[in-house]
Amino acid sequence: MLKRTPLYDTHLGCGAKTVDFGGWDMPLHYGSQLDEHHAVRRGAGMFDVSHMLAVDMDGRGTSDFLRRLLANDVARLVTPGKALYACMLNEAGGVIDDLIVYRLAPERFRLVVNAGTADKDLGWMRAQGGAPRERRELSIIAVQGPEARAKVWSVRPQWKAQALPVFAAAEFGPVTVARTGYTGEDGFEIILPAADAPSLWNDLRSAGVAPCGLGARDTLRLEAGMNLYGKDMEETVSPLDAGLAWTVAMKDARAFIGRAALESKGQSRAFLGLKLAERGVMRSHMKVLTARGDGEVTSGTFSPTMNLSIALARLPLGSAPGEAVQVEMRGKPVPATVVKPPFVRNGRILA
Amino acid sequence: MEFPQSLKYTKTHEWVKQDGDSLLVGISEAAQDMLGEIVFVGEVKVGESLAAGDTAGVVESVKAASDIYAPVDGEILEFNGALETEPQKLNQSPYELWIYRMKPRSMADLDRLLDPAAYQATLGAEK
Repeated sequence: MLKRTPLYDTHLGCGAKTVDFGGWDMPLHYGSQLDEHHAVRRGAGMFDVSHMLAVDMDGRGTSDFLRRLLANDVARLVTPGKALYACMLNEAGGVIDDLIVYRLAPERFRLVVNAGTADKDLGWMRAQGGAPRERRELSIIAVQGPEARAKVWSVRPQWKAQALPVFAAAEFGPVTVARTGYTGEDGFEIILPAADAPSLWNDLRSAGVAPCGLGARDTLRLEAGMNLYGKDMEETVSPLDAGLAWTVAMKDARAFIGRAALESKGQSRAFLGLKLAERGVMRSHMKVLTARGDGEVTSGTFSPTMNLSIALARLPLGSAPGEAVQVEMRGKPVPATVVKPPFVRNGRILA
Repeated sequence: MEFPQSLKYTKTHEWVKQDGDSLLVGISEAAQDMLGEIVFVGEVKVGESLAAGDTAGVVESVKAASDIYAPVDGEILEFNGALETEPQKLNQSPYELWIYRMKPRSMADLDRLLDPAAYQATLGAEK
């Protein structure tokens, strides 16, 4: 039996076509994945991401614990409400999960972890001496797009009380509103009690926010150059080989799990974008032929904004933007260009 | 779901229509539904000789790539260039847009293809 979020019936009422996503019966699209993609780039769309798990940790010593648990440094979160993207590594420097950590108060944190890795994550946190509290009673709705914030404020004016900078969150009673997302557009991720989720969803829909499924979520995040756990990185892959060096804080001597392995192994692969020069669609695991040796597409798709195929790929070290490569597609080498992600941000094509 | 009576079908979801001494080949409404939104149609090689069941080209959707096959032995005569610019039209009008034209080795081979009822029955069997 697949798991359902509290919005499941609401999705069916919106005409969702659902799909098994890591054991969850989730909307793939509500008619047209391409229209949903464009709605987010041009107006506002919303996603039910309640399958992801909010985990709270608080009490004295929590920040010290998280400074050891995560490869990014929560000490960077000086102001309460600020958020950080971070990887949780194993001792070998492989990525157990990637997550967002919100510092809601000096020693009160909330982590939002991936659905498919949630149980494993909790086990790891506890094995390291942590006391994570699962908040499975909370739902998460992401509202994204240039009009997203205005639409949210139009239906919940009380949430306008605090001007949120990018990557910051504010609490309104039991609701946390965060200016974060996974699309490359402005917007909010709203964490709220499950019982309140359907009414927020329906109010947003009445305000003209398009329901969007996981299909559009994947093309949007890929255009935005954002990694997907399980495709672009996993337990056997170092964040340094997944384009995530910027999330690994190594300037001071902080002893975080996996640091020693990262320092001894260093970076072994380049992680870059590809733009296909011909028609066709790059997909995960396709081989990339370069002058320095072979690489691999980690995620590929058709970009609705650029109207061509784009991909993230692990390439031989030394590969650089501008380089001409070939992608082996269905037994045939097809020319592609190496580019630096992101491909699209805030509605504009960059790559 | 529609299954026009005037067409023949394959179990790999192509439809086939006789047009003078050549054949027009497209994909069924059921095929486009299974694929999802189509973003690319191609790799059809004009002049190529194929045996029935050989790969004749590819249809790519937001979800996956799917081969299209030759329904009978023959030679590819033409690719429908309209699909290069508007592949998504295959979702809207699967029976109005042919993907390629082929010259069959023998028109009699058409008899081996499925009639609408037989094709529809194969769909039931897949579920």
